[in-house]
Amino acid sequence: MTAASGLAAENPARASADWVAELKDAGLAALAATLLALPLMGFQTYDVGGGALGVRTRFDWVAVAAAAVFAGRLMLRICHRLTPRRESRSDGILASLAASTSRLAMQATLAGLVFAVALPFLPFSSRYLTDLGTTVLIYVMLGWGLNVVVGLAGLLDLGYVAFYAVGAYTFALLARDLGLTFWEALPFSGLIAAGFGVVLGFPVLRLRGDYLAIVTLGFGEIIRIVLLNWSPVTGGPNGISDIPRPSFFGLPFARSAPEGCTTFHQFFGIEFAPDQRVVFLYFVILALALVTNLFTLRLRKLPIGRAWEALREDEVACRALGINPTNVKLSAFGIGAMLGGFAGCLFATRQGFISPESFTFTESATILAIVVLGGAGSQIGVVLAAILLVSLPELGRTFAEFRMLLFGAAMVAIMAWRPRGLLAHRDPSLRLAAHSKQGLSP
Amino acid sequence: MSGGAEIRRPLLTVEHLTMRFDGLLAVDDLSFAAYSREITAIIGPNGAGKTTVFNCLTGFYKPSTGRLAMHVDGKTLLLERIDGFKIARQAGVVRTFQNIRLFAGMTALENLIVAQHNLLMSASLFSIAGFLGLPRYRSAEKAAVERARYWLDKVGLTQRADWAAGTLPYGAQRRLEIARALCTEPALLCLDEPAAGLNPSESAELNQLLLAVRAEQAIAILLIEHDMSVVMGTSDHVIVLDYGRKIADGTPAEIRADPNVVRAYLGEDEHEVLPTATTARPGIGRA
Repeated sequence: MTAASGLAAENPARASADWVAELKDAGLAALAATLLALPLMGFQTYDVGGGALGVRTRFDWVAVAAAAVFAGRLMLRICHRLTPRRESRSDGILASLAASTSRLAMQATLAGLVFAVALPFLPFSSRYLTDLGTTVLIYVMLGWGLNVVVGLAGLLDLGYVAFYAVGAYTFALLARDLGLTFWEALPFSGLIAAGFGVVLGFPVLRLRGDYLAIVTLGFGEIIRIVLLNWSPVTGGPNGISDIPRPSFFGLPFARSAPEGCTTFHQFFGIEFAPDQRVVFLYFVILALALVTNLFTLRLRKLPIGRAWEALREDEVACRALGINPTNVKLSAFGIGAMLGGFAGCLFATRQGFISPESFTFTESATILAIVVLGGAGSQIGVVLAAILLVSLPELGRTFAEFRMLLFGAAMVAIMAWRPRGLLAHRDPSLRLAAHSKQGLSP
Repeated sequence: MSGGAEIRRPLLTVEHLTMRFDGLLAVDDLSFAAYSREITAIIGPNGAGKTTVFNCLTGFYKPSTGRLAMHVDGKTLLLERIDGFKIARQAGVVRTFQNIRLFAGMTALENLIVAQHNLLMSASLFSIAGFLGLPRYRSAEKAAVERARYWLDKVGLTQRADWAAGTLPYGAQRRLEIARALCTEPALLCLDEPAAGLNPSESAELNQLLLAVRAEQAIAILLIEHDMSVVMGTSDHVIVLDYGRKIADGTPAEIRADPNVVRAYLGEDEHEVLPTATTARPGIGRA
């Protein structure tokens, strides 16, 4: 009785104390924002003329930033308070989108596919949009490739860009030195990248987690530095230019045909347009991305795919059941690297020029972010994350100097909102119900 | 098979197994045999070296000295010479773990299918036939699912086959781990404290499962267990370890009456510092 009445009397006092705490918390966040904004936004250099630099202060900007952070933080805490439990809040749409067997997911996939096919021909589409679509698709391919290693086999790989680079350079060198075309070189790009994947796999067989991440990070850097310094072969920092473009079954996309050749527009009797090549490339990449997707989805349902997942779950148990962890790891590294190699080959043919600049650690980090943000193991999640991560910085171009800030804020927001990735969901690779005549329901 | 009058050949013979970790003698000159269609229990106080014996048998440790021989199909395989991950496939020795090691994110059914990995892998011609969906692979997969369904039925998990293994109740996880080991079609099943953490009715169910497996499958079961209701209720043969040495070996009734065993478990009032091993030589416990 006395305890209960005491509690009731204490409650209003506690509530006001909580409000003070919220204000204090928001104040602290605003203080941190001020400290950060002061050097970053508070001072601006400008050209005074004659090559000298002057410094201008912009303390009003700092004040605005601090006020925005204060208000935002306070709002966030209040929202937290009003929603009773974060976990219990159901995010129905994303959850059922994540289950690839649900109707919504099927419809969304189909709609996405139709949109992807129609993209170059939509009324608002432009060469820029098609190009952006191509970039997104390359990242989708890379994401799906890395998903095999990170999402399925659970091997954290921070040097995935190495295989992307190997694929791109394989094609560039084969084209330059042996005169191979894109279609002839594509399988080699994949195979050689897979070879590098297996070579990397051997030394890291015993490593897991952080240690594996560090070694793969080093491997990625080694490849980049070799490319940078092995000038006689790779051209060093100057890279390799004049990489051939893909042809349409032997018909090149060019205004005027080379000797003894018909070009694409001549053959089909249409007007030449520089966009034709861009659109064609977009469709090539779309087709290969779809093949990649079907390939990995199929592998997941095979013993090898299940072994990858089992390895992610428990390596000791795998060993006790007679599964050779060496083979499982090497196959994951090899197949992941092969898909990266294909993406590299596409990248090279699309750019027409490659240099080590394109294969920095930032690329690895972006690809990993796509996989993690998408929800490790989820194919559709990777697509969503790739669209988000590639197009956000593009959209942000209007905001110029705040582009990366926007990008970072978006990533933080997504991870706060869905800590396990956009679509964290795992579909069983096979169900008993599907195999049973009586149709047992779980 | 050919008449009971013949001398029984053991499935597993362990001879002079010794496992040393630097200064620590975890298993000291242990010899025993396990027979097909029998349950052999290994008991002993904590730290007696029971799990170390399992780790040696299943290739997680290489024994310091000793011979671990499996007699399958008229051949003798020396476990200490086989690579760890090949023991399950070649010698048919599989185990469960004291702290359950299921593939927690995968469904119960998938756990049992992964156990048949090697079989399915060769049926799928290293994924090629599987990738093309050839009938050869599809029938192998169907057979694997049927085998998994059989064991799911045996352990009472058919209704929860498509649940993630990690979301199953504790007792069900224990049973699923046993089912997963049995899906590899082993010759010797090593169970490391299968009743740990089970309530009395669950451990009674476990007894039923073990007895059913012994009755229906031509396999030997090695059982490490602290729960005496399981040990005494199921085993044909009990081996008692203390400080890495065998202090008793016999039927459950003999073990219960053995003064050395009682001493090892309850301790001696006057010499608590002296290890019981000094008074107990291997084999003394035999009737």
